[in-house]
Amino acid sequence: MKRTWESAARTACAVVALSAAGAMAQDRSAVQEIERYRQALGDGNPAELWEARGEATWKKPAGPKNASLEKCDLGLGPGVVKGAYAQLPRYFADVDKVMDLETRLVHCRVTLQGISPDEARKNPFGGPGRKTDNDALVAYITAESRGVKMNVPMSHPKEVEAFEIGKEMFFHRGGPYDFACSTCHAVDNVRIRLQELPNLTRQADAQKAYTAWPAYRVSQGEVRTFQWRLEDCFRQQRFPHLDFTSDASIALTMFLARNSNGAPFNAPSIKR
Amino acid sequence: MKTKLIVLSATAALAAGCATTPPESPYYAKSVAYMKAGFKDRGQAKVSERIEQDSLQKACSAYKTDPIPKDLAESMQAEQMATIKPPSDGKYLGDWKSGEKIAQSGQGGQYSDDPKRPSGANCYACHQLTKEELSYGTIGPSLFNFAKVRGFGPEIQKYAWNKVYNSHAYSACSSMPRFGHKGILTEQQIKDVVALLMDPNSPVNK
Ligand code: HEC
Ligand code: HEC
Repeated sequence: MKRTWESAARTACAVVALSAAGAMAQDRSAVQEIERYRQALGDGNPAELWEARGEATWKKPAGPKNASLEKCDLGLGPGVVKGAYAQLPRYFADVDKVMDLETRLVHCRVTLQGISPDEARKNPFGGPGRKTDNDALVAYITAESRGVKMNVPMSHPKEVEAFEIGKEMFFHRGGPYDFACSTCHAVDNVRIRLQELPNLTRQADAQKAYTAWPAYRVSQGEVRTFQWRLEDCFRQQRFPHLDFTSDASIALTMFLARNSNGAPFNAPSIKR
Repeated sequence: MKTKLIVLSATAALAAGCATTPPESPYYAKSVAYMKAGFKDRGQAKVSERIEQDSLQKACSAYKTDPIPKDLAESMQAEQMATIKPPSDGKYLGDWKSGEKIAQSGQGGQYSDDPKRPSGANCYACHQLTKEELSYGTIGPSLFNFAKVRGFGPEIQKYAWNKVYNSHAYSACSSMPRFGHKGILTEQQIKDVVALLMDPNSPVNK
């Protein structure tokens, strides 16, 4: 319950920040907004629907091999879901490669269920009237790390390499606006319009940001994954579309996830 | 004679590209290769155009959160200054009302944008400009009362034009886009936002 209250307060603050009102009016509407969200959250975070659907998808036999994903090894051994997300991305010896959650899920669907890689990779994000297995599985698996301290390993040389490449990407300015992630996320206490921007080069901000995704977006009625967040930031950066499961995507995720080490994972959350 | 020689050799060194060269991470080449493979064209955002860096982008990225050495910053600023084209009719000020619309619009360059529509500049994303607009960002300094504080004269007009055209001419590795140099705004649009900053009747100067 405490968790829900905290995220409700955070969400309400974001909503209030958007209403361009004076300080007094803000105080009043802050109270109203928090009240409104408390009511909306009376029955919990709607992300729980995705979590339940994800658990069912995980356990249901599917694909040409008619197998479930229950033997999928997310890094802590076949079938261990609890706490697995808090240690991803990581190096997997069976493929000699660093993988993030989504990439590993694709791998398991291909190897365990016999689904083609293209089929397993398509439809990463849901939209109006279109629910995806990926969103549901990610909601389920991440929820199983709630309260677990982030502990992304960096002992294998390929983990170090992914982290360092992710760091290069974070600072890579390009495109017509000369933007990089660092344009918007390497300075303390700044905003774009009224949206506050985390300084992802600082541990406290990086921890808070990373451990709050996936999130149920009230404004969209969808659970949005961390990969979705990256996609939307790259759009604003005037960059093309980054394929999830690509080495670039894994590397950037590695950089951001590792920077959140030490903080308890706290998602799926709820955001405006 | 001696000082002249020193000056000459410093200039020669700059011209020969002997100013401090930015460090290159051993992971740089691989990160670019990863990005070229991992990104896919979408709408107007083409991989072939948006990942490869020009020399300024590359140098600024290399320093990450460290400050750029002074000599390098100076040579970069001189290089960026040389890209600036003054308005063809010599007049810096357009229509501030149209400038306000351009400063409000965040359209342009994103794969979700229609490339046929004119770009905005979204100055408000990063700057306070008028007292009326409360939804402004703080990545850049407040520009409220810009000309009222600095003066309305031709020198400041020229500075405003240059800054919007190529922000790095004055501060290498600024976060501010190069609206003229990169062709984001047309000459008329730059005049209009310069008018927003400089016109005595603009709400910026009230
Ligand atoms: C042009 C601006 C811009 C750029 C460039 C940008 N972002 Fe963002 N980012 C934002 C904004 C605005 C938000 C907040 C959105 C909101 O509050 O709904 C955000 C939010 C985030 C968040 C979530 C923070 C939280 O607490 O929920 C993460 C993580 C993030 N960005 C990472 C990145 C990364 C990594 C990159 C580079 C790939 C990047 N951003 C590039 C503007 C940008
Ligand atoms: C993505 C962020 C961003 C955007 C968009 C942006 N700026 Fe800036 N601007 C900055 C930053 C950061 C600075 C301070 C560093 C510097 O001088 O370059 C700055 C500085 C300036 C200055 C110099 C202020 C001074 O006191 O000398 C002017 C003038 C200016 N901006 C005008 C504009 C105008 C007009 C627009 C829109 C056409 C705009 N900016 C869009 C980030 C931005």
